[in-house]
Amino acid sequence: MFELLGVPPQALFGQVLLGLINGSFYAILSLGLAVIFGLLNIINFAHGAQYMMGAFVAWMCLNYLGINYWAALVVAPILVGATGIVIERLLLARIAKYDHLYGLLLTFGLALIIQGLFRNYYGSSGLPYGIPPQLTGGQNLGFMFLPTYRGWVVVASLIVCLATWFMIEKTKLGSYLRAATENPTLTQAFGINVPLLVTLTYGFGVALAAFAGVLAAPIYAVNPNMGADLIIVVFAVVVIGGMGSIMGAIVTGFSLGLIEGLTKVFYPEASSTVIFIIMVLVLLVKPAGLFGRAA
Amino acid sequence: MTDLASSATPSAAVVAETDDSAARLHRNLFIAIAVLLAIAPFVAYPVFVMKVLCFALFALAFNLLLGYGGLLSFGHAAYFGMASYVSAYTAKNWGLTPELAILLGTAVAAALGLVFGALAIRRQGIYFAMITLALAQMAFFFSLQTPRFTGGEDGIQAVPRGKLFGLISLADDRALYWLVAAIFMGGLLLIYRIIHSPFGQVCKAIRDNEPRAISLGYRASQYKLAVFVLSAGLAGLAGATKAIVFQLASLTDVYWTMSGEVVLMTLVGGLGTVFGPIVGAAVIVAMQNYLAGLGSWVLVVQGVIFVACVLLFREGIVGVISKWIKKPL
Repeated sequence: MFELLGVPPQALFGQVLLGLINGSFYAILSLGLAVIFGLLNIINFAHGAQYMMGAFVAWMCLNYLGINYWAALVVAPILVGATGIVIERLLLARIAKYDHLYGLLLTFGLALIIQGLFRNYYGSSGLPYGIPPQLTGGQNLGFMFLPTYRGWVVVASLIVCLATWFMIEKTKLGSYLRAATENPTLTQAFGINVPLLVTLTYGFGVALAAFAGVLAAPIYAVNPNMGADLIIVVFAVVVIGGMGSIMGAIVTGFSLGLIEGLTKVFYPEASSTVIFIIMVLVLLVKPAGLFGRAA
Repeated sequence: MTDLASSATPSAAVVAETDDSAARLHRNLFIAIAVLLAIAPFVAYPVFVMKVLCFALFALAFNLLLGYGGLLSFGHAAYFGMASYVSAYTAKNWGLTPELAILLGTAVAAALGLVFGALAIRRQGIYFAMITLALAQMAFFFSLQTPRFTGGEDGIQAVPRGKLFGLISLADDRALYWLVAAIFMGGLLLIYRIIHSPFGQVCKAIRDNEPRAISLGYRASQYKLAVFVLSAGLAGLAGATKAIVFQLASLTDVYWTMSGEVVLMTLVGGLGTVFGPIVGAAVIVAMQNYLAGLGSWVLVVQGVIFVACVLLFREGIVGVISKWIKKPL
């Protein structure tokens, strides 16, 4: 068997794939954070909890209602997105006029509530969620074995990310969104319902997180804590990329996942901290972030 | 930079008018706190009071940064936890006397604060909060992956309380209590002094209007870094003392939930008030003791308090009292 840089190719490409999968989640989650931040100016600390909710709703759909994976891929984001809309209307809208850091504190409280509730009812051990039958098995690509589901996760995330990018950058609705991000007062004066746009944007960002959660359910066990540590890594991703650009968030998410995967091959001890170390380096060299605009 | 803290304090005119009477009130409050500290171990369980004092000092340190520097750090567990590891490790493995172990823990926390602070102040507002959180998570992973130093999942257990200055045994709870009370009172007076010093006034000016402070010739980032290091060091003092009191340093101390707890204590007590964090810490620690049997419900209750405070009670307990009596507290 040939070796690449002293590492068997199976291990190397296996980790690269795992890195890409993590990168998919980083990309979708940081994209959601960036979209929400653009319009609401808050960092949604509950994003990790909402990602976890997506996985749980998929699990509940399957076990209580018999709704399969493919339907859950649509149903879970809609349901969780709807809870996001309720949260925005009832809570976030009421503190919009105060310092934006209050939004961070409020959503942090929400994250604690959501996590605590799920931990109470489902424990912390994790629930299994099977891979849908159409996506079991895998292909042998010669240099590596590709499990079909993992390939699907990367492709599906890429599609969703690019569709979001297209919607924001190339459609009429997206132009409203960008206008409202730039200057909400003026946009409202042109007759666009900005508060409604804000509510829908938050719902959409939350739905993105839930979608990532459904994708993650068959890979990681469905667990109340699955989003808690992930969201902190996503914060680091957002600091590295800067929240100014949609494409920037996608590219940064995927590449950092890839770097993390490669670190796991060559220096596993650093794999959980490599993204934070990159964040430190970026702060030293380009404090505004790779794709960010200087404040 | 933020109205998060300044919204809680009365306007400058009110402050100026009541400056004299406020100073008198504060002096009386300090005397009241000293009296309370003196009788507390005789009416309450000393270990509980020591826990409150450690967390109160932690919250005071956090509030120094947020309330007077305008900087919301979401990673204060790093300084609290790392100091607690250092003091536990040196007291247990090097046989240091407790005061040296605590001082060493404090120094390490301040040094860590210097490095993390220098990085974090390169961004502002929400980014600052995210960076401090991410850096603290790095400290957490470091603690998780160096079990030789931190004991990994077990933490450092059975830390000896030792003899103060090598003379006075602290094995008795009452004896240890006087040391903790002295550390707390010292920390409180130091923070009060910092807030009311010319340095503290400049920090407040930077908090309220950074570009203006810069245009007046103040090097804003140096002041921010200085207040960050002071805050980290004092948080470390609290963590190091906690390790000696409970004879334990564990991963809980350095995890992000601890950072969240100190934010909650400060929020409940009153952001940007001198005495608020003490009240907030007492409330939250008492609540945790009371609800300890409920498991994960504690998390839910804390979350509900967070949401309720942000929506309805932004001034916090002491902030409301301060508004009521029209004097800064």
